[in-house]
Amino acid sequence: MKNKNKRSLTKSNLLLIITIAVFFLMYIGAIIIEGQGFLKPQTFLNILNANAALIITSCGMSIVMITAGIDISVGGVAALVSMCCAVYLDFHDGSVFMSIIIAVLIGLAFGVVQGFLVAYLGIQPFIVSLAGMFFARGMTTIVNTKPFNVANEAFVGLKSTRVVVPGLGTLNKLGKYVDAYVEIGVIVAILIVIVFFCLLRWSKLGRHFYAVGGNEQSALMLGINVKRTKFLAHLLCGLLAGIGGYVYFLHVGSGSASHASGMEMNAIASSIIGGTLLTGGVGNIIGTLFGVLSLSTIQNIVSSAGFDQAWWTGITVAGMLCIFLVIQSVIMNRKKK
Amino acid sequence: MGKTIAKKSDHVNALKSLIGNQIFIPIAALLLLVIFHLIMDPSFFAIKMGTNSAGNAVLSGYLITILDSGSELAILAIGMTLVTAASGGQDISVGATIAIAGSVILRVLCGTNSRPDSLQAPIIVAFLVACVAGMLCGAFNGILVAKFKIQPMVATLILFTAGRSIAAWINNNELPVISDKTFTYFGEYIPGIPIPTPFFIAMACVLVIALVLKFTNLRLYIQSVGINEGASKLNGLNPAFVKFLSFVILGLCVAVAGLIKVSRISTINYSVIAKDIEMDAILAVALGGNALGGGKFNMTASILGAYVIQCLTTTLYKFNVQSDALPAYKAVVVIALVVFSAPMVKEKAAELGKKIKKNKKAGEVA
Amino acid sequence: MKENAVLEMKHIHKSFPGVKALQNVDFTLCEGEIHALMGENGAGKSTLIKVLTGVYGKDQGEIFLKGSEKEVSIKSPQDAQNLGISTVYQEITLCPNLTVAENMFIGRSKGASVNWKMMNRKTEEILQSLDIPAKATQLLSSCSIAIQQMVAIARAVDEDCKVLILDEPTSSLDDQEVQKLFVLMKELRSKGVGIIFVTHFLEQVYEVCDKITVLRDGKLVGEYEIKDLPRVKLVAKMLGKDLDEKEDIRSGQPTFDAQGAAPVFEAEGLKSNAGIQPFNFYINKGEVNGFTGLLGSGRSESVRAIFGADHVLGGKVKMDGKEVKISKPLDAMKNGIAYLPEDRKADGIIGDLSVRENIILTSQVLKGFFHPYSKAESVKIAEEYIDLLDIKTASTETPIGSLSGGNQQKVILARCLLAHPEYLILDEPTRGIDIGTKMDIQKLVLKLASEGMSVTFISSETDEMLNTCSRLIVMRDRKVVGELHESELSQGSIMNAIAGGETE
Repeated sequence: MKNKNKRSLTKSNLLLIITIAVFFLMYIGAIIIEGQGFLKPQTFLNILNANAALIITSCGMSIVMITAGIDISVGGVAALVSMCCAVYLDFHDGSVFMSIIIAVLIGLAFGVVQGFLVAYLGIQPFIVSLAGMFFARGMTTIVNTKPFNVANEAFVGLKSTRVVVPGLGTLNKLGKYVDAYVEIGVIVAILIVIVFFCLLRWSKLGRHFYAVGGNEQSALMLGINVKRTKFLAHLLCGLLAGIGGYVYFLHVGSGSASHASGMEMNAIASSIIGGTLLTGGVGNIIGTLFGVLSLSTIQNIVSSAGFDQAWWTGITVAGMLCIFLVIQSVIMNRKKK
Repeated sequence: MGKTIAKKSDHVNALKSLIGNQIFIPIAALLLLVIFHLIMDPSFFAIKMGTNSAGNAVLSGYLITILDSGSELAILAIGMTLVTAASGGQDISVGATIAIAGSVILRVLCGTNSRPDSLQAPIIVAFLVACVAGMLCGAFNGILVAKFKIQPMVATLILFTAGRSIAAWINNNELPVISDKTFTYFGEYIPGIPIPTPFFIAMACVLVIALVLKFTNLRLYIQSVGINEGASKLNGLNPAFVKFLSFVILGLCVAVAGLIKVSRISTINYSVIAKDIEMDAILAVALGGNALGGGKFNMTASILGAYVIQCLTTTLYKFNVQSDALPAYKAVVVIALVVFSAPMVKEKAAELGKKIKKNKKAGEVA
Repeated sequence: MKENAVLEMKHIHKSFPGVKALQNVDFTLCEGEIHALMGENGAGKSTLIKVLTGVYGKDQGEIFLKGSEKEVSIKSPQDAQNLGISTVYQEITLCPNLTVAENMFIGRSKGASVNWKMMNRKTEEILQSLDIPAKATQLLSSCSIAIQQMVAIARAVDEDCKVLILDEPTSSLDDQEVQKLFVLMKELRSKGVGIIFVTHFLEQVYEVCDKITVLRDGKLVGEYEIKDLPRVKLVAKMLGKDLDEKEDIRSGQPTFDAQGAAPVFEAEGLKSNAGIQPFNFYINKGEVNGFTGLLGSGRSESVRAIFGADHVLGGKVKMDGKEVKISKPLDAMKNGIAYLPEDRKADGIIGDLSVRENIILTSQVLKGFFHPYSKAESVKIAEEYIDLLDIKTASTETPIGSLSGGNQQKVILARCLLAHPEYLILDEPTRGIDIGTKMDIQKLVLKLASEGMSVTFISSETDEMLNTCSRLIVMRDRKVVGELHESELSQGSIMNAIAGGETE
């Protein structure tokens, strides 16, 4: 009996443990290779600053993947959100508050439509969200062709707001104390991680996501409304893509059709590295968070190790994804036996 | 009296079987586009004889444009149809692997110098190397799908992201330019022939696949594996190999399409070459009435579907839609297509039809 | 509604494309009774239960429950649950990636949040009271199948149900666990719960049930008090014939002269990854033999090992006296072995392909990738076999999926025969098909054998085995435990051998 319990522990948490270990190994590796740069707290915080949007969209991606679905439209949605908000703020002199509402609404709209097609019409999530991705990218161009920086004062003010993290500051070369800071997006990301961790752990809806992903037929037999659950998963993913898009927008401060390119890929990779199974039913928001951190750390290592040409980033992410996919596949196949 | 009724129902049946036929979908879509243009602007169908920049007498007009620029798509549709049928998923990396194949061709032709005065290798050698590269990419996807049993779309997501970076890396991010005129023959015109060469290449590929389907069991094997893997295995097939093979064939198609793409402009733009073509290829397969979940396929319908998509693209261009905005319109078409072919929607429609019939009958009785 | 009835189903009709699964079936369940629902495979038991639990909608008919005057409509499993109808299915319908406690409570509790502490505590209580050796916090996938089954029952019990449906719950339980389950069932009966018990095991029916309803071919045969229906009669009702009117299909068939015939196929210490003990086996030219044993005894796994359908781990195989290597189905096919799989839908038919393509498949693969049959050739072959086996299909191009079960099976049989095998393996060829076709297939087996083909025939129905086989290999608990030869073959001797020599 005891043995069995032990095995179940390994089964559910093995992937998470691997992820956290991979992250720490990588970060230690970075410190060894790159030296002091990575020892500064601000370096770590900058990773957070640059990836807050990715953390948020990855949370949504994990939820959809736990229900055994996928959503590759998130990058497109983020770009569309950036562009719409940028146009609204600059050309229509809009308020920051309304721009946030717009972002959320765009995300929700994608979530609702894609969720409906997947859950209630039974269309493959990949096809639906592939169309969603192309639609969002196309719409971004239709909204405005040329990239531009937002000059709206209120927005620029919000963008440059820095939240000081006490106690992590360092002395700079001149011996002056410099505060460590994070951007507002990071606060939003952390809140969302906490909220969705709790949602998945302690809410009925969260457990229904797992049940549906584990075995759809069984979930139905157990009295779960499978269609509604899948719909809500896509809805949440769309919503988080909208919010993530706004945080991205807040970080870059401009609208462009080529924004957030490859974000869907990074989000999927982060979720998978974080221990979410493609086959559904297994996954964890904390794991996803570490997935994002691992991914961005290795990207930092690659770029600061002299491979700063743009193409290395894509190759690195793809390589990581490939390795983890194969590991997952091997583990799953062994389990079956 | 009875005879006429029987005849009538024969006609109805013939009509039904036509509508029920897969190929009806792309033909209907094509007719729709044709009618649209006949009403809007019949000059769409005009074909003129003119001279191009190289001084050759060539045909021009929208129809020629469709036949010309639809070539890559038609070639890809061949491979995509096989992959879809065998694996029940689609390869979304074709655009990125075209970039790889194109980059390989330029690399071989230019050698280390990015702007050579003369070709460093025969074109045929460059093409063969590109074929190998394309098939390797296909094999990579194929192994992930067939051996590691990863969903095709996720497995191909890897090359989808990395492909263009790899393409840039192959040429050290330089942009080789080929000055040799013979290289343009593949993407433009052969002197003296007024029809663009890509069309001939596409037709050659169609011919090859038609012969392969006729003289081998490829169709039977792929359909069996796509419909029922377990049963195929018990009948001596190797499902993993059949899936792998379909991806390798697609890789070959990608290499051919890559040759045409780079030959058209004699150089390459890594981030733009064959952009969004995966969407069009999937759309062609779907428009051909092939189930995206795998199983039976109709190659003719897919290829016809490819040209219909190109027709749609050309139409949108004609109405001054920007190329970056095209995907938005096509995405709507994709969704419309999959929604109409979704089993659940079909069921609902059938139910509705039954109800209407019932009501009619009830009305008649009353 | 009848007095003290908790459930009444009247005139239930349900059909699927090509099959009438239920025709005008009535069923009544009283308070505090255990009611067996009996029938052969394909009799409509599962369909009836799925209609009752809202998995399938019914085409016609009415369902009444105690406490409501009007008929109730059950559109989803949720509806059924809310009405107090709980089900434990044959295949586990729980989520393997969740804990035991979650599987007990998910989809039931009110409110938006999950109280893990309380859920775990309650679950521990229930598990303890039912003596189930599992922990609340354990992942379900780490439990054995038997425990998963018991968790499912515990869940149903805890739902305060008025009607509890047990759909073959005992097929994966051992004797002790079955006894525990029976204690539980009797306890529930005394509390007034109506239990519908579906099982294949006759002894269990007589041990625990009060009433029996028999279905056959989607129709109601009748409802009986247990004491009015002795075992033999029950079997007769299920099979739709009296035991003594058994047809002698053997007479009039020429028999192959097996005198001095050499073994066509021999295996020594054959072993596969499907969990069967290594076994020895041989079959002579023109012989019909069979594997017999209960469901799950390893009969199918044995023939799968012979054909290379499972991963073969060891053993020597000889074909016509020469040693050969069979590691995958293609090897077996090349050595002249053909195999008709047990699960027709999953392993046999290629649903969307035409009858013609399904028939030529095996021999096409044998002919090779580069030598396809021409269309005309294949049509000719298909027509020939459609005539030979009397397959009822609109044309050679009809998709096989739209044929009836019996005709699908004949197509698969045609596929096997077209490969002209020396040795033919038929695993449950008569499952779920009509009586007429069953007879046809048995006659065909004897005819083939008389022409010199060796056939291994497996069937759950012993009289079919007696009709066809001249030698039976007996299996128990995934082991070959004995052999019965022609002179020893009878219903009784087979039963004894399967049961392990203990006579009742």
